[in-house]
Amino acid sequence: MALNRKIAYIDLTTGKIDIKPIPLDVRRKFLGGRGLDAYLLYNYAPKGCDPLGPENPLIVSGGILTATLASATARTHVMAKSPLGGMLGSANMGGFFAPELAWAGFHHLVIKGKAEKPVYLWIKNGKIEIRDAKHLWGKTTTEAQWAIREELGDDDIKSLVIGPAGENLVRFANVMTGIKNSGGRTGMGAVMGSKNLKAIAARGTMDIKIAYPKEALEFNKRFIEQITSAKVNQTQGTLGTPFIWGATNSWGGVRCRNFQYNQELYCDEIEPEAIDDACAETMGPYHMAGCFGCQVHCRAQYKIPTGPYAGVYDEGPEYTSQGAFCGEPDCRSLETLLVGNHLVDQFGMDNLETGSIISWAMELYELGILTNKETDGLDLRFGNDEALLEMVKRICFREGWLGNTLAEGGIIASEKIGKNSFDYLIQVKGVSNLHSDERATPALALNIATASRGSDHLRSRPAIDLYHLPVDVMRKIYSSPVPYDGPLSSEHTEYIGKPWQVFWHENCYMAVDCLGICKYHTTFLGATLPNFEDWPKVIHYNTGLELTPREIWDVAERCNMMERLFNLREGLQREDLKKGDMLNHRYFDEPTRRGAPDVVGRVIDREKFKKMVDELYEYKGLDKNGVPKPETLKRLGLEKEPSHLL
Amino acid sequence: MEPMGKVLAISPEKCTGCRLCELVCSVFHDGVSNAARSRIKVVKWESEGLYIPMSCQQCQDAPCLIVCPVKAISRDENLSRVMVNHNICIGCRSCVTVCPFGAMGFNVIDRKNFKCDLCDGDPQCVRFCEVKAVDYVDADRVAVAKKKAAAEKITAAQRQAMALESEVH
Repeated sequence: MALNRKIAYIDLTTGKIDIKPIPLDVRRKFLGGRGLDAYLLYNYAPKGCDPLGPENPLIVSGGILTATLASATARTHVMAKSPLGGMLGSANMGGFFAPELAWAGFHHLVIKGKAEKPVYLWIKNGKIEIRDAKHLWGKTTTEAQWAIREELGDDDIKSLVIGPAGENLVRFANVMTGIKNSGGRTGMGAVMGSKNLKAIAARGTMDIKIAYPKEALEFNKRFIEQITSAKVNQTQGTLGTPFIWGATNSWGGVRCRNFQYNQELYCDEIEPEAIDDACAETMGPYHMAGCFGCQVHCRAQYKIPTGPYAGVYDEGPEYTSQGAFCGEPDCRSLETLLVGNHLVDQFGMDNLETGSIISWAMELYELGILTNKETDGLDLRFGNDEALLEMVKRICFREGWLGNTLAEGGIIASEKIGKNSFDYLIQVKGVSNLHSDERATPALALNIATASRGSDHLRSRPAIDLYHLPVDVMRKIYSSPVPYDGPLSSEHTEYIGKPWQVFWHENCYMAVDCLGICKYHTTFLGATLPNFEDWPKVIHYNTGLELTPREIWDVAERCNMMERLFNLREGLQREDLKKGDMLNHRYFDEPTRRGAPDVVGRVIDREKFKKMVDELYEYKGLDKNGVPKPETLKRLGLEKEPSHLL
Repeated sequence: MEPMGKVLAISPEKCTGCRLCELVCSVFHDGVSNAARSRIKVVKWESEGLYIPMSCQQCQDAPCLIVCPVKAISRDENLSRVMVNHNICIGCRSCVTVCPFGAMGFNVIDRKNFKCDLCDGDPQCVRFCEVKAVDYVDADRVAVAKKKAAAEKITAAQRQAMALESEVH
């Protein structure tokens, strides 16, 4: 059964491998996936450890429902201290790795130490072997995966790999599986690279007993109907996430030219329908792919239609690639988008961070803070497609002064570049923001400011706040499983009621990450999708574990607090611009220049923002400084952390 | 019961590669999640984005049935399927070797061969495949659907030719 999947501790310095069961009481406290990873990180990472040093543990996991029947249980989670901002590092990806890991007998891997030479892990049916990876070092993400399959003679092997960016310790290198499934954020690829760990290969044929197979099948069928009947998922299934960028751009909610504009004009070539046409022309009418067990199938397939890369196959591009290679650097060519997306996939670097940091450098270049001396003659103006793609390569291989500097991530780069370059860096906790502009949406601004892994939309974003849902509908969603009778507002420009929404979504998304399912299968983009009320059955039928909606909420709150404790230990201070729950001053001082009538001319009100943070802290049981009150830790059973239960 | 003559009709181009069919197959038959136990398997060429679901064709002249030395394999005409009787089967795996589609599996845990039984007339892979890459249709309808698809291509070509012609004139 799912609950007998094990945890393995792998020390790459000594080669020692320990395999242990995960006790039921630990499961009931942290479930699995990201939640249990947070517990492990807090317990195993020494305070203030070097993120790229051997003592930083790299934790890889599937959720408690991985590979079972819960509509889509594909997600793999990776956690460590982030080399990007020095705070919580956490990345979550789809694909097929976590199910294979679960079939191989494992839910969690804690990888410590550093191998002397490049190695990879080979995990098969309960056994773990550390193997030489000399022949894999230097390979791109897909080359490495196919080489492992060939070497071990099994096409069904699923691997988690790093590309050249991870080997070169680019601080926003990602970990990847398949063609484009990326654990993108917070530089987990650099942590893997710092351990000389090129890949984790898994293959399993071990049964995962389903507690109530008939009920699980029937409930899954119902779940799938609920998920695929949502219009937003149907659109995702035809256009993929580019549809979100297109829709958001239409009203002025994306980020362009670093932070200068909130809407890209004249961009027909990169509208979702145009991308879809290119996919259809090169791959045929059915060009959407799905992650494990998922009926939303939001991953597009394409071949680059034109230019020097013509005919090359890749997947995506997603919202983040549109932001990274179009909106942010102000380029509008489909070819640039598709090539840029391909390069970061092959190099293994976060498209979001890559696009953001290059666009930041472009703004600095136009302001004269960076000159031709630093760019080694590269004309780094906005809208220069060639310079953009060249810069991607220079960062990955740390070429030139600027390539090497930007590879260090925004915070360190701003210290090296100096002057007032930091003022232009759109980040929270050292992590670049999604290519979205939150100045007209206070709820979303609160989300990115307080997200545990730094500026991020997948931690607590109340995306449905943009739908202007009637208050009684909102109340139904937000009053369960914990009663809430405070104010709620349908207006996305409002400040009232938003902290509760952010708090609710923070717990909802944590629960999803503990279960190992995708956010498109919960109240993220669709108001009718499953959440706390629906999960007890799916957990029970698949694992036998009995939990109430309130108990799942409590687990989520506890796990979020674990992440908070980690960040506090690493120096989180409420208004610290580099390590705090704080936004760049431009959110408060520069009004939006474009967009719909209720979007243009907006800033975030500093005072109201402060009040929102106060209120959110109150819900989370934190004091005014963002530190948990003793009674909160007691309530969540965390008063004795680190408790080393595992 | 009247012979149904329904078959699994697979349209590989529609497959999204999600492998839910493999998951529900193993849960339905064995009560466990384990793709290695699935009767259907999505064979992939990931670097080209090609996903092909493969399962038993329930052959009329089934090589597995012919090769079986102890006559453990027979045709069930009611559901138009080929079945293995495990009380007779000696586990020699001749059927595994001879199947041209690799549809006869051998489970190393139970040490038994296994194959698609069409879930007794309600194939779960079909039930759960929203994009209908796997469908369950009357045998004669498979060809009709293919005819229609081919005809559509021909009419499209004809329309293009006519359009070109009118442009020329």
